[in-house]
Amino acid sequence: MLINHPILGPRDAAEFVYKGDAMLIHRPDWQADDALAQFTDYGYLRDNPAGLHRELWFHEQGDRSWLVVTRNTTTHEITKVELARDVARAEGRSR
Amino acid sequence: MHYSGFKVIKEALTGHRGWGPAWRDATPKAQYDYVIIGGGGHGLATAYYLAKEFKQARIAVLEKGWIGGGNVGRNTTIIRSNYLLDGNEPFYEFSLKLWEGLEQELNYNAMVSQRGILNLIHSDAQRDAFIRRGNAMLLNGADAELLSTAQIVERYPFLNVNNARFPIKGGLAQHRGGTVRHDAVAWGYARAADRRGVDIIQNCEVTGFRIENGTCKGVETSRGFIGAGKVASCVAGSSSRLMEKAGMRLPIESHVLQAFVSEGLKPLLPGVITFGAGHFYCSQSDKGGLVFGGDLDGYNSYAQRGNLPVVEDVCEGGMAIFPNLGRARLLRMWGGIMDMSMDGSPIIDRTHIDGLYFNGGWCYGGFKATPASGYAYAHLLATDTPHKTATAYRFDRFATGHMIDEKGMGNQPNLH
Ligand SMILES: Cc1cc2nc3c(=O)[nH]c(=O)nc-3n(C[C@H](O)[C@H](O)[C@H](O)COP(=O)(O)OP(=O)(O)OC[C@H]3O[C@@H](n4cnc5c(N)ncnc54)[C@H](O)[C@@H]3O)c2cc1C
Repeated sequence: MLINHPILGPRDAAEFVYKGDAMLIHRPDWQADDALAQFTDYGYLRDNPAGLHRELWFHEQGDRSWLVVTRNTTTHEITKVELARDVARAEGRSR
Repeated sequence: MHYSGFKVIKEALTGHRGWGPAWRDATPKAQYDYVIIGGGGHGLATAYYLAKEFKQARIAVLEKGWIGGGNVGRNTTIIRSNYLLDGNEPFYEFSLKLWEGLEQELNYNAMVSQRGILNLIHSDAQRDAFIRRGNAMLLNGADAELLSTAQIVERYPFLNVNNARFPIKGGLAQHRGGTVRHDAVAWGYARAADRRGVDIIQNCEVTGFRIENGTCKGVETSRGFIGAGKVASCVAGSSSRLMEKAGMRLPIESHVLQAFVSEGLKPLLPGVITFGAGHFYCSQSDKGGLVFGGDLDGYNSYAQRGNLPVVEDVCEGGMAIFPNLGRARLLRMWGGIMDMSMDGSPIIDRTHIDGLYFNGGWCYGGFKATPASGYAYAHLLATDTPHKTATAYRFDRFATGHMIDEKGMGNQPNLH
C-alpha cells in the first residue's frame, strides 16, 4: 500500500505505524458525569466497518506526523489522506 | 454410516460405490430451537455438542458460503495449551483434552498429531517468563518442559542457534501440542452433528435479526426468515458486521493474517517451532509442505489477502532461524480475517438482547480452541450459565477492568 502523504507525497505504508479508528482523536471529557461509560466506549468499542474506514497512521520512519487515512477495508484502496492536525483543528480542537 | 477399517476394505473391493454424502444438504425449516450462525469450526462444534450433550432440540447451522471456507480452512492448524493466565489456561487445556479424544468421538480421521510444540528462548528474561508460563501450565494439569539448547539441537539440528541478534538459549516445549488437519475438523463435526439431526444449511447468509421488545425471535436470511428460540452468533472475523445488525458495537477489530506453504519436501521438521522474537512459526504438513506464518498485517481489513511487507518480514524471520528454508520455494500464500479483540482473548457470552448469544474475538488462536469453544458455547446456550472453564470470557470484562491480556499489550488489537 502507498499512502499519499499530504506533505511528503506517496510513501510506502511500511514506513508507518497503524493506530486504529480515527475516532480516537476524540478523547472524552474526563470531567463529564458519564466519563466512565464514555471512556469504556472510547477505549474498547469500535465500529470496525467493512468498507470505508477513517484511521490513524503515524509516520514513524518519516516526518513523525499523524495522518487520517480514509481506506476501504475490503479492497485496501486509499481515497483520502489528511494531516490529523488539520482534521482535529477543523473539528474545533486546538490543543 | 459408520467409518471403519472394515468399511474402507469393503468399499475398496466394491468400487467405492457405497460411501454417500457425509452430511445432508438440508433446506431451512420455518422454526428451530437453536440457530447457530456461521459454519466454521466453532459453529459446527457448538451444534454437535449441543445436540449430543445438552438437549434433544431442533438445531440449525446457517453458513453464508460453504462450511469450512472461513478461518477453519485457512489456519496453520496448530493446537496447544501453553497459556499463562487463569482465565485462559483451564479452557485451552480442556480443549487439548477434547482434541485427544476427538477422532473416536466423531468417528472421523482429523489427523490429530501430537508432534509437540517448541517456543524458542533467546534471553535470560525470556527464560524467566517461559519458566513462569510452564509452571502455570503444570498447575493447570497441562504438560510443559524446559529444554536446553543441546536438547533442541538434538531434535532440530538445522536450527541456527548462533544467530547474532537472537541466539537460541533454550525453549519451552509442550509435547502434547501439535497439529490437526483443519478441514477435517469442520467436516468431522459437520458429519457428526448431522448424524444427530442438526440441519447444516449452506449458502444461507444471515442479513438481519428480528428483535421484538428486547427479545431475538429469529434471523432474516438470504433464504428467508428463520425463527429461533435462541440465536447464536459464531462468525469469527465477520463478528462486527453481523452484530452491527443487532445494533451492537464490539470490542473487536478485524485484521488480516497471512499464512504460507512451501513446495512438498521430505520429512524435515518433526514438530512445531515458534520463533516469537523473529515473528515466525513453522510446521511441516503430512504432504511435506512447510506451513509457516508470522504477524498480522496490522491494519483493519476484510480483504482476506495481505500485502508484501509482511511476506518479506515472515520470510526474513524464517531465514534467520532456519537457513535451509531458503532452498525451498514458496508455493502458496493466503489470508484470513481475524476477530482481534481488545485484550487478545475471546468472548463467549450472552448479549443484552434476550435470546441472542455471542462467540468471537478468537484472534489468531481460535483453531486450537474449536472443541472447547463449541462445548462451552453449547453449555451457555443450553443452560444460560457459562461453562466452568469459560467464566472469564465476558463482554463486561472491559468495563470492569478484568481483561485477560496474555501479552500485556493493552487495548491495541494489532499487537496481541
Ligand atoms: C492464516 C491463519 C493462521 C491461523 N493459525 C492458527 C493456528 O495455528 N492455531 C490456532 O489455534 N488458530 C489459528 N488461526 C485462527 C483460527 O483459524 C480462527 O480463530 C478460528 O478458525 C475461528 O473460528 P471458526 O473456525 O468458527 O471461524 P470461520 O471458519 O471463519 O467460521 C465463521 C463462518 O461464519 C460464516 N459467516 C460470516 N458471516 C455470516 C453471515 N452473515 N451469515 C452466515 N454465515 C456467516 C463465514 O462464512 C465462516 O464460514 C489462524 C487463522 C488464520 C487466518
